[in-house]
Amino acid sequence: MTTQPASAYFMVDAAERETKATLAILVDNEVGALARVVGLFSGRGYNIESLTVAETDHQKHTSRITIVTRGTPAIIEQIKAQLGRLIPVQRVVDLAVDKPGLEREMALVKVSGDGEKRAEALRLSEVFRARVIDITHTSFIFELTGAPQKIDAFVELMIPLGMVEYSRTGVVAISRGADAL
Amino acid sequence: MTGAEIVVRALTEQGVRHIFGYPGGAVLPIYDALFKQDVIEHVLVRHEQGAAHAAEGYARSTGKPGVVLVTSGPGATNAVTGLTDAMMDSIPLVCITGQVPTHLVGSDAFQECDTVGITRACTKHNFLVKDVSDLARVLHDAFHIATTGRPGPVVVDIPKDVQFKQGGYVGPAEIVHRRYQPRTRGEDARIQQAIALMAAAKRPVFYTGGGVINAGPRAAAALRELVRLTGFPITSTLMGLGAFPASGREWLGMLGMHGTYEANLAMNRCDVMVNIGARFDDRVTGRLDKFSPGSKKIHVDIDPSSINKNVRVDVPVIGDCAEVLEQMIAAWKAGNHQADKAALIAWWAQVDAWRARRSLAYKRSEETIKPQYAVERLYQLTRGRNTYITTEVGQHQMWAAQHYHFEEPNRWMTSGGLGTMGYGIPAAVGVQVAHPDALVIDVAGEASVLMTMQELSTAVQYRLPIKIFILNNEYMGMVRQWQQLLHGGRYSHSYSEALPDFVKLAEAYGAKGIRAQKPSELDSAIQQMIDHPGPVIFDCVVDKLENCYPMIPSGAAHDEMILPDQDDSPGVTEAGKMLV
Repeated sequence: MTTQPASAYFMVDAAERETKATLAILVDNEVGALARVVGLFSGRGYNIESLTVAETDHQKHTSRITIVTRGTPAIIEQIKAQLGRLIPVQRVVDLAVDKPGLEREMALVKVSGDGEKRAEALRLSEVFRARVIDITHTSFIFELTGAPQKIDAFVELMIPLGMVEYSRTGVVAISRGADAL
Repeated sequence: MTGAEIVVRALTEQGVRHIFGYPGGAVLPIYDALFKQDVIEHVLVRHEQGAAHAAEGYARSTGKPGVVLVTSGPGATNAVTGLTDAMMDSIPLVCITGQVPTHLVGSDAFQECDTVGITRACTKHNFLVKDVSDLARVLHDAFHIATTGRPGPVVVDIPKDVQFKQGGYVGPAEIVHRRYQPRTRGEDARIQQAIALMAAAKRPVFYTGGGVINAGPRAAAALRELVRLTGFPITSTLMGLGAFPASGREWLGMLGMHGTYEANLAMNRCDVMVNIGARFDDRVTGRLDKFSPGSKKIHVDIDPSSINKNVRVDVPVIGDCAEVLEQMIAAWKAGNHQADKAALIAWWAQVDAWRARRSLAYKRSEETIKPQYAVERLYQLTRGRNTYITTEVGQHQMWAAQHYHFEEPNRWMTSGGLGTMGYGIPAAVGVQVAHPDALVIDVAGEASVLMTMQELSTAVQYRLPIKIFILNNEYMGMVRQWQQLLHGGRYSHSYSEALPDFVKLAEAYGAKGIRAQKPSELDSAIQQMIDHPGPVIFDCVVDKLENCYPMIPSGAAHDEMILPDQDDSPGVTEAGKMLV
């Protein structure tokens, strides 16, 4: 009749599946605000799959942090509540649950090669609507924007075609519709 | 006005009259400003950990924030244990730390450490003030954050050059605390749900915690009224002792690992649990999958992160304990609710049957002083006086919680969450500073007490007549007990082979030392301690191998307690051993 785990030391609830959460966190842009958020995740043993942060309101000194994390619904609720305890945190919204949102990521992908591989890389980049932002006789740098899965798929395709390295921003997310957070 | 003068003015206007601190290079300007005024009295401790614990004792016994002043580097790092302790037990502290001048920050300067980095995880919030024009606002903000919502410690790190610079002052009334406004009033719909559950309950129990103490005397008064209105039995965590009077008929004693049989069984078998300001700590719940399996749970807490953290609850109420309790009383009366009398009579009969088990009983002895007996006699000889009790951490702490009985809140200062050995002496110093005429007793163990013994020197300097009542069994008793129960009696490094002579130690500090070795001499020795006008170390030589019972062994449920007259084979599982 109860689904509580045996002890607080082993708080893994087998009955609940882990899900992904995309948390949009509005914080006062002050020294150490990001360290508080990141420290909370490491200190309490939560995982960060991706993190982006930038100031979004210069006048009000507000920054927006987007964190992708995983956990059971109870863990996600606990993460949100713990974030809410941090003084600089103004608001926390789960863009997977509270407000359905859109996610985008940008990647810069460097591919080196020649001959047919080079041509194939360029062809595929067009299919993915990637832009070429740097070009030499032996390399391209593509700029690609899209959902994380799209970036994954593109990178996967570029590996055999001579991918040298790539850099991605991590997820930024926003809720659908006319309202702000 | 200089930054240092701003600090003193801000503290004064916040109503601060005592601070606990230790000077050093990076706070000299503030100490200079303190020298030139006589509103704030500074208490010089002997170690910065002591300053933080003293401020905790001061805060917990008065309801006012405790204030700490320490220097940079080691001053700040020494205070970290006290800050963490205050964080875990939700004690309002404002800790001002000196820092190296701003132009040296980050250069590994002498006595530099990253104070805000180090204390980020052990404070409710912290600040580094780089601009003197922010200083007054930050200090007022620090008091606001430390004392509102779930209280906690706040660090304000002030570089030395900022203390010297000229800047403007703003008073607390001019500050708008725009961003931190915790919710204190419970949602009405939740209150109604809670009341409906309580009115229909057949086997209810109140489970209260430190939140009731933190919410002030109003909360304790409201709790008493609600218990009287409903007639439900009530138990409390270690941190909540005194919120409900121990002499009350509804009082079941403390619950949890060393709680009473009746309290734990009532928790296990209840159908409605009313948690007011407690947090389902692992020392209270024991094995979670067997924790109160048949109950609907109401949880009142000011911190939303406490809700559903360890135990799922049915009716969460986010709010201040005092306010929510008053709302509950109003709703109970307005709805003309009545407890289910017939069901309660049967439930009380069951509870009384558990009570009759007398789970705090112990074997008496004519030859050696049993530690429980020592606490009992201490209680009997000090009851009715204006007494405050602090403790260290270990067996003696549990015996004090079990056998000393509290009628009022704010009389019991103990390190619950962090379990900090060495808490009791400095906490007693802080309590005595706040209540100069009270009888302040640190119920201690001989191991814990050596961790912060130097604060006796503080007590002597300020003529603080604290009494350090050591239950001396020469062992780290709780460690030894666990080694006996869990590790085959291999007492690995839990025996202190070279203890000081505590009577001579007291005399060396300029205090009085008293020793009792026989039950027959205990009462007169305790009376002598009480009557002595100065600080005392009381070396109470007790049974070395006494265990603290009752006990819920690790990994066990509330209804699987070891009782005092059973043998010492609790059947701890391998999984249980990992839980400590």
